[in-house]
Amino acid sequence: MNLLLDADARSAITLTLQLAGLTTLLLLLVATPIAWWLARTASFWRGPVGAVITLPLVLPPTVLGFYLLVAMGPHGPMGQLTQALGWGTLSFTFYGLLIGSVIYSLPFAVQPIQHAFEAMGERPMEVAATLGASPLDAFFTVALPLARPGFITAAIMSFAHTVGEFGVVLMIGGNIPGKTRVVSTQIYGHVEATEYTQAHWLAGGMLVFSFIVLLGLNLLNRKATRVLQ
Amino acid sequence: MRHFLRSMALVAGLTSGASTFAAEVSVAVASNFTAPMQKIAQVFEQDTGHKAVLAFGSTGNFYAQIKNGAPFQILLAADDETPARIEREGLGVAKSRFTYATGKLVLWSKQAGLVDDKAEVLRSGKFERIAIANPKLAPYGLAAMQTLTRLDLLQSLAPKFVQGENISQAYQFIATENAALGFVALSQVFVDGRIKEGSAWMVPANLHTPIRQDAVLLVTGKDNAAAAALLVYLRSDTAKNIIRSFGYDL
Repeated sequence: MNLLLDADARSAITLTLQLAGLTTLLLLLVATPIAWWLARTASFWRGPVGAVITLPLVLPPTVLGFYLLVAMGPHGPMGQLTQALGWGTLSFTFYGLLIGSVIYSLPFAVQPIQHAFEAMGERPMEVAATLGASPLDAFFTVALPLARPGFITAAIMSFAHTVGEFGVVLMIGGNIPGKTRVVSTQIYGHVEATEYTQAHWLAGGMLVFSFIVLLGLNLLNRKATRVLQ
Repeated sequence: MRHFLRSMALVAGLTSGASTFAAEVSVAVASNFTAPMQKIAQVFEQDTGHKAVLAFGSTGNFYAQIKNGAPFQILLAADDETPARIEREGLGVAKSRFTYATGKLVLWSKQAGLVDDKAEVLRSGKFERIAIANPKLAPYGLAAMQTLTRLDLLQSLAPKFVQGENISQAYQFIATENAALGFVALSQVFVDGRIKEGSAWMVPANLHTPIRQDAVLLVTGKDNAAAAALLVYLRSDTAKNIIRSFGYDL
């Protein structure tokens, strides 16, 4: 593949994988407590919070990207915060893309995990408590392994969604090689410039690679489920 | 029954009669020309009775769509290359091309006083980021690169570039102050004959190749009366005045 793809394409691929990988990791960390709370709380806030988490799905990605651009700008709330912390503004940086991707894919991570926790029911945690496990202990040794398929689905969806993300990156990225120019924007650029050959190679390569990763994760998921049973 | 048939015939006669007088044309319009074209279409309909149905988008997208059978009869491109290519590839009517507007490039900042009228700000480098449109995709981006090359500033400013996929995006970067300044089309910041806010430097036309925006009649519109009328109308004084008032040259 290295022979067929030029340096620009390779740098875009590396960047995409870094972004998708880190986004997935961050999302699992962020989504797990939210999903746990949503699955088990009886609070009035369950409905509104669940709805807010799903909202990124409603806005067209470029529109979400535009609001992120405004929010990250020097006069936006995020921009004010990051400037006060001495980090400058986040737009046009890798970390800006990372935050944008986390927000954009949040529903794809929270929902499968939440459903897995809900499907598990109260019983396993109660049994663990009667056997003397602390809640935290029970969470790590009972709830997490039981919800494993939910986590794998969440990881697959977050990763795939971030690889295919376009509108948000387009709006807050600025197309900087090696920093914010990812595969999706690169392919779009080729198509717009009517460089269809390069676009086909890059798109084809990305599809084959993603197919292999997703297939691998699915097989892993089935194997893991069988072991648990 | 006879009454019904007669009224049907009347309706058919009316509609077919109407279509020879007032036809409809689908026009693919480069997004930078959205505002002037909306106004032109409005007066065009008043003056001729023909209706221009407008679709706005990027020239590259339109090219791909036209090549794959999109139902447009006219393309108003953001460049002169795409119409030439369309004609070469047999999708456009030979010799129907002409320049309907020439774009003007401007260095613009939302901050008053940042951009001076000699563009010293570019040499001072007192800013973190400068927005341009992707030079590979957007003629205004290419013109910006040529300008910076002529000023011998390309190398020193390249690390500060942020690229929009088109000039609308470059404009958004500056308007939201994520970039302190950048190169945009005059038509984006021009209202009632002056720059609407902030500070600007009109880039002299001799610093870059002219940003010619060409129109082409597509073969699908060869026999369309409204298409022919619109191409004539675009060259009328009425249309030219509108085009100029939005910050384009002719």
